[in-house]
Amino acid sequence: MNRLKCFLLAIAAAFVFAAQPAMAQLSVDVTDESGDDLVIAVPNLATPQTASTAAGPTDVLGRQIADVIVSDLRGSGLFRPLGPSAVRTISYPEVTSPDYVYWPGTGAAALVQGFVRVNDDGKLTIGCYLYDVALKQELTRQGFVLAPADWRRAAHKCADAIYARLSGESPFFDSRIAYIAESGPKGNRVKRLAIMDSDGANHRFLTNGQSMVLTPRFSPDYKQIVYLSYIDKKPRIYIYDIGTGRQHVVTESANQTFAPRFSPDGRNILYSMAVGGNTDIYRISVNGGTPVRLTNSPTIDVGGSYSPDGSKIVFESDRSGSQQIYVMNADGSNQHRISFGGGSYATPEWSPRGDLIAFTKIAGNFRVGVMTPEGQSERLLTNSWQDEAPSWSPNGRVIQFFRSTQGRDGNASIWQVDLTGTNERRIPTPLNGSDPAWGPLLP
Amino acid sequence: MKKSMTLAALTAALAIAGCAKKPPAVLPPGPSSENTTPVDNGPIEGQVLPGSRADFLRTVPSDRIFFDTDSFSVDDQDRVTLDAQAAWLQRYPNVRVTIEGHADERGTREYNLALGDRRANAAKNYLQSRGIDAARMAVISWGKERPDAVGSDESAWARNRRAVTVIPQ
Repeated sequence: MNRLKCFLLAIAAAFVFAAQPAMAQLSVDVTDESGDDLVIAVPNLATPQTASTAAGPTDVLGRQIADVIVSDLRGSGLFRPLGPSAVRTISYPEVTSPDYVYWPGTGAAALVQGFVRVNDDGKLTIGCYLYDVALKQELTRQGFVLAPADWRRAAHKCADAIYARLSGESPFFDSRIAYIAESGPKGNRVKRLAIMDSDGANHRFLTNGQSMVLTPRFSPDYKQIVYLSYIDKKPRIYIYDIGTGRQHVVTESANQTFAPRFSPDGRNILYSMAVGGNTDIYRISVNGGTPVRLTNSPTIDVGGSYSPDGSKIVFESDRSGSQQIYVMNADGSNQHRISFGGGSYATPEWSPRGDLIAFTKIAGNFRVGVMTPEGQSERLLTNSWQDEAPSWSPNGRVIQFFRSTQGRDGNASIWQVDLTGTNERRIPTPLNGSDPAWGPLLP
Repeated sequence: MKKSMTLAALTAALAIAGCAKKPPAVLPPGPSSENTTPVDNGPIEGQVLPGSRADFLRTVPSDRIFFDTDSFSVDDQDRVTLDAQAAWLQRYPNVRVTIEGHADERGTREYNLALGDRRANAAKNYLQSRGIDAARMAVISWGKERPDAVGSDESAWARNRRAVTVIPQ
């Protein structure tokens, strides 16, 4: 939040140096709000003339896109958006020349305007502009041409452009989640592979629940999902091809294979295999072939997550007597423990930014936390009965996890929290959910 | 000869089974499910086929052993159970079994899959030490995914930390 204010302040300062006296008031405004979220107005996107599309009339789409932008920005925890119902409607010509008389009165420091237009080929052109209200300055603009059915992606991309421009962080809204949809009684839960947008929209079930499935992960190109399935009561890792809907086993084995992960380049899969009570971590090409064994302790080595450059792997092991987090080189060399904060640690996930490891800390309850790859600066972000299995947003600023409630009616749901730990919210899903796996920014 | 078991004999078998030493922690099997330990109380009328699941369940003190938190060691009580299972399996050398390992909900998902495998193998290794061919015994871990008791308390967790010997129908 402060970063945002600082950014606007910096702009203000620049204009002061440029000898624009009115700017001094602006920086005061921003300072008065320090500690609060940035107020940003998002009126409906205008349309040159209302036209029907496969996804509905352009004026309705303009309203829906604004609503999605509002939802994304609010969910980030950095903004206090004033949506279409809180501000007046804008006309098409206004999109590129904001009414700087009206907007300051709304309390908005920033303003998002845009338009929806139908092209001759039936596609939509969606424009998105970000303005600094006090400075009367355009800060960024983005334009997208896409099929009407993909209008939500334009909204996410617009929100991403705003978020990135004002926070200095990388974007993350235009991304998808794979997870396990759960239903049925606790003793015989039905688990289905499902995917959805980062905000829960465009939800789709991929498996029918006849076989239990667990722990999905998207391939970096979003074309495949690797996961654990109990098809034929043989727990094996499978790859699901999203384009064809087909699935195939990654490696045949008489032993149970589980905990699959893609390497950052998508060429290899890390997985765990239990042999006679001893679980170790292996690597295999996505095309199959001979697996390479990476750990060989006589205890449980399980899970794992690559560093973004693919050179290292963080994993969990109970070789010390309790579950702890270890880092090794990608070839299995130089295995060393990094978690020393007391209690047990599980499910380490390396941030896409490379700077942090997210984990589940087990000390009675399960809590999600982060530490550096050297095991320093541990911080717990959540506090509930069981928060498990963190998964990073593409920009490494937000974490999704699943939260279980206790008792015979206990169930699981998907939540997200930002790195401050203060912005926590539930992600809406049609059924209960667990094992969220956040994919990269969409290509 | 299989079908010659009379109702009287069946009653006697039940009575003997009832006299067998049962670990106090053993409770009736949980609700039936498609994916995990099927429960079969045997035919209500008619005979129990020797070597069948119903026969196994009526002969051994329990089809399962229980573990302490985060442990996979087999204690004296477990040995009594597994000795009886081994004796039954010796009588029916053509029967193949699956040993299912489970964990309670207090561990993380993937670790519990590994822990369930440890427990299933602990039971398998003991049965093997009692002369049962390892090739007859498959293992599968369900981790914490198929609790037998659905509460979130010590007694429920104790029931869920288990390795179950499953005979085909």
